[in-house]
Amino acid sequence: MPHIPLSPDLPGIRGAMAFRPETARPLNALVEVLMTGPSTLSRGERELIATYVSSRNCTHYCHSIHGAIAAAHLGGDEALVKQVKADFTQAAVSAKLKALLTIAGKVQQDGKLVTAADVEAARKLGATDLEIHDTVLIAAAFCMYNRYVDGLGTEQPEDEALYRERGKRVARDGYVQVSAEYLASDADAAHAGGIDGAH
Amino acid sequence: MAHIELPEGFPGISAGFTFRPETAKPMRELAHVLLHEPNSLTPGERELIATFVSSRNNCYFCQSSHGAAASCHLGDAAVVEQVKADFMAAPVSPKLKALLAIAGKVQQDGKLVAKADVEAARAEGATDIEIHDTVLIAAAFCMFNRYVDGLGTWQPRNEEMYARMGKHLADEGYKEPSIRQAVEVG
Repeated sequence: MPHIPLSPDLPGIRGAMAFRPETARPLNALVEVLMTGPSTLSRGERELIATYVSSRNCTHYCHSIHGAIAAAHLGGDEALVKQVKADFTQAAVSAKLKALLTIAGKVQQDGKLVTAADVEAARKLGATDLEIHDTVLIAAAFCMYNRYVDGLGTEQPEDEALYRERGKRVARDGYVQVSAEYLASDADAAHAGGIDGAH
Repeated sequence: MAHIELPEGFPGISAGFTFRPETAKPMRELAHVLLHEPNSLTPGERELIATFVSSRNNCYFCQSSHGAAASCHLGDAAVVEQVKADFMAAPVSPKLKALLAIAGKVQQDGKLVAKADVEAARAEGATDIEIHDTVLIAAAFCMFNRYVDGLGTWQPRNEEMYARMGKHLADEGYKEPSIRQAVEVG
């Protein structure tokens, strides 16, 4: 049971976003630019970073949905996503992405753990300043999204098929468009004070 | 030394924001809604939550700038220090203490928030929106703090600079930069 009344039809962050559309807007805008905006890191690579950090934070909803989005971007390669979660050093990803995942793993614990040597290692493998910046911010942002989802006690379904299906849609349409379907209607309900998900 | 080539003389998050305006925009908007827009929690109370979480994350820049903003709203610098040191002993309302207890758990791991914590806050009069916003402020500062520290930003020890920032944040909120040009301090 969530700690506050969230729509039972909207698991994970979706219920929280529908509850408070005013904060949902910038939360969605941030994830949209970080994960789908123009970048020299592929969408699949960025989703792997988000999945890895969410997995480290043990947030089932986030590592499942972002793992599914990553897989959708990576030709359906769910085994690769699982390998990154379990031990990315053994995964079939580029040496550059491994160096960025190392930085992300440190940010997940504490930003101060990132050393000049970590950054040098990534740079030697071709990482740009912008890629290092975005890696740090993706890792930091998922420390927020994960805590938000867990801290409200949201519903986090076990059904893998549910994530697989939605992951494909988010990979295709992006975050803002996919969330519009519940944010638009729930925004009215929230402003009217009737947040009960009964629609 | 910052880990990447950030604009010189821009402290803390202002360096990250100047480096990457595309991500700065939603981050500013989030802070503005959470900390500055009308809410049944006062801006001072919300800045105290942000300061407390930043202090727990040991992020010097964030706890100093938001501590200064809280102090500006509350007209009381001592209470900010007390909240950081031991909020249970600070002269704040029992409701805010219960919300700070929730924020402290979110800072570690959202899964630590127990039904009993939420019940305790509700018994002191906290509303669902206030509980939601407390969780999200705490979560958001786990992002801001990691962003500021993870880039190795410049975090000067300069009380006067933070006081100026705090006043700007308290008066204007977060939509526009509180640091508009390079700061000249050691």
